[in-house]
Amino acid sequence: MTKPLLSVANLSVTFDIPRRGAMPWTPKDALRAVDSVSFDLRPGETLGIVGESGCGKSTLARAILRLLPSHGGTVMWLGQDLLRMGKADLHTARRDIQMVFQDPLASLDPRMTVGQIVAEPLITHYPNMTRAERDAKVHAVLERVGILRNMVNRYPHEFSGGQCQRIGIARALVMEPKLIVCDEPVSALDVSIQAQVINLLMDLQNEMGLSLIFIAHDLSVVKHISDHVMVLYLGNMVEMAASDALYANPRHPYTQALIASVPVPDPNYVKPAVDAKLAGDLPSPLSPPSGCVFRTRCKYATDLCATEKPKPQDAGDGNLVACHHWRDL
Amino acid sequence: MAGSTPRLGIDMRNPIEIKKVEQMAENLAKMDPVKGRSLWQDARKRFFKNRAATASLVVLGLIVLFSAFGGLFAKWPNDEIDWSMLGQIAEMGQPSIQNGHYFGVDELGRDLFARTIQANQISLIVGFVGAAVAVFVGTLYGAISGYAGGRVDSVMMRIVDILSAVPYFFIVILLLVVFGRSIIMIFVGIGLVNWLSCARIVRGQTLSLKQREFVQAAQAMGVPPFKIVVRHIIPNLIGVVIVYGSLLVPEMILAESVISFLGVGVQEPQTSLGVLISEGTATMQYGTFWQLGFPLAFFTLILFCFFYIGDGLRDALDPKDR
Amino acid sequence: MTLLSVDNLSVRFDTNDGQVSAVNGISFDIDRGQSLAIVGESGSGKSQSVFALMGLLARNGRATGRAVLKGKDILNLPARDLQHIRAEQIAMIFQDPMTSLNPYMRVSDQMAEVLMHHKGMSKSDAVASAIRMLDAVRIPEAAKRIHMYPHEFSGGMRQRVMIAMSLLCEPDLLIADEPTTALDVTVQDQIMTLLKSLQAEFNMAMILITHDLGVVADSCDDMLVLYGGQVMEQGKTVDLFSNPSHPYTMGLLSAVPRLDQKTDRLVAIPGNPPNMMSAPSGCPFSPRCDHATDLCRSSVPPLVAMGERLRACHYEKGAVS
Repeated sequence: MTKPLLSVANLSVTFDIPRRGAMPWTPKDALRAVDSVSFDLRPGETLGIVGESGCGKSTLARAILRLLPSHGGTVMWLGQDLLRMGKADLHTARRDIQMVFQDPLASLDPRMTVGQIVAEPLITHYPNMTRAERDAKVHAVLERVGILRNMVNRYPHEFSGGQCQRIGIARALVMEPKLIVCDEPVSALDVSIQAQVINLLMDLQNEMGLSLIFIAHDLSVVKHISDHVMVLYLGNMVEMAASDALYANPRHPYTQALIASVPVPDPNYVKPAVDAKLAGDLPSPLSPPSGCVFRTRCKYATDLCATEKPKPQDAGDGNLVACHHWRDL
Repeated sequence: MAGSTPRLGIDMRNPIEIKKVEQMAENLAKMDPVKGRSLWQDARKRFFKNRAATASLVVLGLIVLFSAFGGLFAKWPNDEIDWSMLGQIAEMGQPSIQNGHYFGVDELGRDLFARTIQANQISLIVGFVGAAVAVFVGTLYGAISGYAGGRVDSVMMRIVDILSAVPYFFIVILLLVVFGRSIIMIFVGIGLVNWLSCARIVRGQTLSLKQREFVQAAQAMGVPPFKIVVRHIIPNLIGVVIVYGSLLVPEMILAESVISFLGVGVQEPQTSLGVLISEGTATMQYGTFWQLGFPLAFFTLILFCFFYIGDGLRDALDPKDR
Repeated sequence: MTLLSVDNLSVRFDTNDGQVSAVNGISFDIDRGQSLAIVGESGSGKSQSVFALMGLLARNGRATGRAVLKGKDILNLPARDLQHIRAEQIAMIFQDPMTSLNPYMRVSDQMAEVLMHHKGMSKSDAVASAIRMLDAVRIPEAAKRIHMYPHEFSGGMRQRVMIAMSLLCEPDLLIADEPTTALDVTVQDQIMTLLKSLQAEFNMAMILITHDLGVVADSCDDMLVLYGGQVMEQGKTVDLFSNPSHPYTMGLLSAVPRLDQKTDRLVAIPGNPPNMMSAPSGCPFSPRCDHATDLCRSSVPPLVAMGERLRACHYEKGAVS
């Protein structure tokens, strides 16, 4: 088995939230946005991360890229810990890890032309590149994503949402990175445009051997594009499995509920008989349930679930499930 | 799909048609880059649609031209006393074309036209340069403070708070009395305080800009913090800063006028609109209304122009409009 | 008599850059207990068409055509008369519950206001009815929670509050404009189940505006596919899904990845969503259609019956593979 490109181990991110009406010196509440998440990513693979609001998927992505401070855990990138690297090493590492954001228009500086936006990574990392070389690279990458080269002096607001997202992808691609982290890249796009962008990402992955981390809340999209899928709930990983296996045979009650809620565009589709609907509301992340964070909404919760937090267990074929009772379900 | 209706009316089986398509594609590739329509151009269009703002810009332009070149038409220098008028200012000092005193004379017999021009120059310079300095210092300070965040931001903003609490006029007057009344001192005095509110406004804007995704994208790219501030944050603030600056100019002129009105402003024979208004008010009882009228008219006109321009700028640069 | 009969509804906007046609000739009938989905993407005009029904168009918008509700044409009614229609006969819920509720008023006050205004109830009676309605939408501890502010509710609960508020006057027709787009998928599931059961309970008609084909398949009997302000295809949901006959509908269905199937590659519709400011002549979908001909680009295809459904396309159904 090839060595993993990215190896995240027990990564945690905690935010300090000041209490309401408290004095400046009283200790703040700790919000565990990401709680001890681990995964490996091999070259050329796509890892999908799904979860609902507040599950910490965007926070996780930003913590991996060191856009946010993290508290505990390691992120091994090509043998070095990203979280503890010096500034110079981090700067070099940033050449190979890029990010694509959710809101296509907001992720582009409205005062810069598209050419300037896509050239910025080159200017930052290769300041000695000549203008001609830079322009050539910018034109090439824009054409690859389907933006005509004569649009290079246009401003972001003159493009549609789908085109803006392509420009964002071009900006991520121009450095020829090894890994692109996509934070909900198609959620803000129309359905017909989503398909274009998804196809583009998959084509690029095949051509360039890219690895992708694809974060989304739309399970159908994530299933389509990912090799492995990780399901997060309140900052904890509840299940991780190969894409097809996860949907064919979800082992964690939360995954089962998620899959059962997704509407399928087929009026004749019969939902599986499993009654896996979720009850109740998401608990406040400031005071998560003790033990297993999912237990307040889980039909199968027992006393053990309240006292002991389940560790990810191997369920065969590299699938991981964080549940005490997965074997019985 | 074999046998399907051809696309674009071109029959792909015909080699001549294929050549046509290839030629088209080549032309497309060679096409010169299309000029983009930047947000500034949009804003400029919107500004000129605003009639009040455009008219004010024109009037202000005329006043600036007048202040710069009007002196060429003055028959009298601004500090020479017309001895023929002395003692009879009220009767003979009115504005007239014949004796060259277009605006009349002041209480000492000096030509008011020349003095008004000189006063305009001083007031406008103080206004523009003062506002420019305040805006420059305030923007840089506020952007750095806002972007840095955390302790640095707290400390920098506490400094601003403390300086704001200082009684402004007392300090300025104290400075002017202790270090003498020069134009430099006036700049120092006025500039000392006016950058503070600019810094606060810019800091607030920076805090909200910091959350925008294009700033996060630059961070993820590895752009160093100072470059982010200069390349991304400040250009997106300029709209707010320009509007604030355009409203700061009249404030500076007003501040300078108040100082002059109180008698601690520019030194004779230099004069400013504040001084002239002060003198004009004092001699009103003698019926020499022109001595108050002309400087006051210019003063009011300049202020109104800036208010309308500022208003127009604010509408034109409204960030909600794409 | 059909509850609502919309005939050739069109909406135009007068802008600085000329007249923009947002909706072009929509017609449909809907009766109590029925549900209609209006499906479309950006620029399709789906929201503007129902805004026209409710009299919520922007000031520079003009609606033409007819919308006959229980025998009376409600299109372009003066505001005073519309007040009686709104909430009592047609109710509407919007996409973002955070901005649809007044953040400065307690939920009890907001809900009571509706009943006090439309039914002339007293405050205490109105609050009691509101609590009953909150129970019906399954908000736990309704009597206690009703006195809270909107920001104290979660997204899903806020949407339930919106639904409860819209049902207070027992309307005949409920219009839901993308009610679950901003919600998580499990919450979406709960809300759609709730809407369906309430619809059955109150025997309401429901118009659902959405771009999510999964939701349509799950919840609506009839559907209407809009593109660039015009109807592309219209008919029974089951028919259109199993046998789509319009290139756009087919494109939409192939572009959506399905949870229960494996596809190697999504079939994307090329091009960009329509720009209503510079609408093309002819069929609005022609710039993106694989089968477009000169005829498609020059003349708007008429809506023609084909079996039980209506279809606007110059292309012959048989040839579309």
